Amino acid sequence: MITDKTPLVQVRHLVQTFNAGKKDEVRALQDVSFDIYKGETLGLVGESGSGKTTTGRALIRLYQPTSGEVLFAGQDIAKLKNGSAQMLAFRRQTQMIFQDPYASLNPRMKVKDIIAEGLDIHHLVHSPQERDARVAELLAEVGLNEDHASRYPHEFSGGQRQRIGIARALAVEPQFIIADEPISALDVSIQAQVVNLLKDIQDKKGLTYLFIAHDLSMVKYISDRIAVMHNGRLVELASAAEVYHHPLHPYTKSLLSAIPEPDPDSERQRVPIAYDARQAEGGQRQLVEVLPAHYVYATAAEVAAYRQSN
Amino acid sequence: MAASKHIAPDAFKLAHVAATEKEYIAAPALTFSQDAMRRLKQNKAAVISFWLLVIIFAAALLSLVITPHDPNAQNLNYTYLPPKWGDLNIPFFNGHENGIDMYARNQVPKGTYFLLGTDYLGRDLLSRILVGTRISLFIAVIATLFDLVVGVGYGIISGWNGGWIDTLMQRVIEIISSVPNLVVVILMLLVFKPGLKSIIVAIAVTSWITMARLIRAQTLKLKDQEFVLAAKTLGESSFQIALKHLVPNLSSTIIIQTMFTIPTAIFFEAFLSYIGIGLPAPTASLGTLLNDGQKALQTQPYLLIYPAIVIVVLMLAFNLLADGLRDAFDPRSAH
Repeated sequence: MITDKTPLVQVRHLVQTFNAGKKDEVRALQDVSFDIYKGETLGLVGESGSGKTTTGRALIRLYQPTSGEVLFAGQDIAKLKNGSAQMLAFRRQTQMIFQDPYASLNPRMKVKDIIAEGLDIHHLVHSPQERDARVAELLAEVGLNEDHASRYPHEFSGGQRQRIGIARALAVEPQFIIADEPISALDVSIQAQVVNLLKDIQDKKGLTYLFIAHDLSMVKYISDRIAVMHNGRLVELASAAEVYHHPLHPYTKSLLSAIPEPDPDSERQRVPIAYDARQAEGGQRQLVEVLPAHYVYATAAEVAAYRQSN
Repeated sequence: MAASKHIAPDAFKLAHVAATEKEYIAAPALTFSQDAMRRLKQNKAAVISFWLLVIIFAAALLSLVITPHDPNAQNLNYTYLPPKWGDLNIPFFNGHENGIDMYARNQVPKGTYFLLGTDYLGRDLLSRILVGTRISLFIAVIATLFDLVVGVGYGIISGWNGGWIDTLMQRVIEIISSVPNLVVVILMLLVFKPGLKSIIVAIAVTSWITMARLIRAQTLKLKDQEFVLAAKTLGESSFQIALKHLVPNLSSTIIIQTMFTIPTAIFFEAFLSYIGIGLPAPTASLGTLLNDGQKALQTQPYLLIYPAIVIVVLMLAFNLLADGLRDAFDPRSAH
C-alpha cells in the first residue's frame, strides 16, 4: 500500500516525563524514534502503560514533549507555540480518533455541532446552508443518515458514536490521523465495521494513520508496519508480516505467544513465552536496523546474534 | 413449545432492511433541557414551589408600582390595628381585638382597611412585607450574580489552569472561607454604615466560595474528558472550550448550587436585620419586621406570624425547587 517512502512524520529521541523532579515522576516515553511514511498505516502495539497513548498525544501536541523532535512534513511541531498561526495550521493537518466513544462526544451538543466544530474553528464554511450540507456529506461518508445531525450523542450506539468521532476528525480534511485504540471499546462485530470504514477512507483520501491498539490480530489486519512498545521504548519496528512471522525481540515473541488460537487442538499446545524485561531492556541497548527495515532494541552483541540467526 | 413444532420453515420470510434503515432512530429528538423539564414536571413539590416563587416574585415586583398603603407612612392614630378584610366578618380578620372593634375605637374612616394590620407606628404590615420581600429578592439576585460571575469564573479558571495558579487560588479561597460571615459583616460596619451596602459587600466576599469549589472539582473532571481533548486537537481556544464545552456540562451544577445559595443569602440578610446590624430602622425587610414583631409577640402576634410565614414559604419553596432541579438535571443522584 505504500506508494512512496517519503516520511510524513519523523519522531526523533522523543522523551516525555510527567511530574519531572518530583516523587511521583513518570518517565512515559524514553528516547522514542521512528518515521511514519506518507499513506501508510503504522500500528503501535504494547501492553497497558507502555506509552502508546502518550506517544499519540505527544505527536498531536496534547502534551508538550519534554525533549526530542517531532517533525511533521519537515516542521518541528514540538516547538510550535499554542495559539500561533502555524499551530492552527498543524491542528488542521493532524486529527485524532479517541478510544471511548461515550466520552469523546460532548453530551450537550448536537451531532451537527460536534462535527462542524472544526469547520467553525478553521472557517471552512461560510453560511449555515453550506455548513449543514458539509455535515450531511460527512455523515454520509461514515455511513450515517442526514437526519442524525439534529440528534444528541446519547441516542447513538457505540459504533455509531465512533463513526461520528471519525466524521469530526475528517471535517478539517487532515493528512494524518492518530487512531487511539478506536475499536477497543466496541463489540467485535462493530470493530470490523469501524476498521473497514477507516481503511476505505484511507484508500479514498490517501490518509496516513498511526493506529494504536493492543489487539494484535486487528493491528496486523490494518497496518503496513508495526511498532512494538514496552516501558516507554520501542522494542521492535518492522513490516506487519515481518513482526508477525519473524519476531526478533523477546518481548515481541512473548506478545505473539499470548494470542489465543481459534483451534482447540493447537490452542491446547500453545505455551506462552515468559518475558523478563531485565534481560532485554536498558543498559547499552539502542534501536538498531538489524535487517533491512527491521529495527530491534538491542546491544551490539545481540544485534550480531540476531543477524547470525537469519 | 409444542405449538412451535408445527410451524413449517417456509412460514418464515427473510426481511430485507436497507442499511440506512438500520441506523434510523425513531424516538423524538429531545434536548437535554427538555428532558430535564420533563422530569421536573413529574415532581409535584417542585412545581408548586416554582409557582409559589413566581407569585411571590410578582407581588414583590408589583410593590415597586403599587402598595395598599405607603409602607413607611406613620400614623399614630392607627397603631396596632388588627387585620381587617373589608366588612367580611372572618375571625382574626375582622378588626376585633379582645372583642373590641379597634377600627371603631381608633375612629378609622370607613373604607380604610389594613389586610394584615398595622405596627406600633401605624404602618401597614402588608405593604411592609411586600417591600421587605423585595429587599430579600434583591439580595437573592445579588448573591446569584456573584455566584455566576465570580464563583463560576473563579472555579473554571482555577480548575482549567491547574498547577501553581490552582494552588494559589485554592489557598485564597481557604483563607476567605476560614473567616465566618458574621465577622466579615461586623468588620464591614467599621467602614460602612449598617445597611444594604455592607450586606452586599459581605455577600460579595463570601457567598461564591461553595460555587467556586464545586465548579473547580467538576472542571478538573471535565478537562481530561476526550471531547475536551478533541476540541483541543481541533484547535479550539481555551476560552471557546470553556464556553462551548465546560459551561454547558457544568450547567446542572450551576443551577442547583444557585438555588441553594439564594435561600442562604435571604436568610443571612434576615438574620442580620433581626439582630440589628442589617438594614437601618425605617427600611422594611423580613428581618426587621420579625425583629419588630417579636417585641409585640404577646399582644399582637400577627406582627410576627405573617413575616415569618413569608420567609418560611420562601425558604421551603427555594429548597424544594432546588431538590427538584437536582433530581431533574442529575437523575442518578436521586435517592
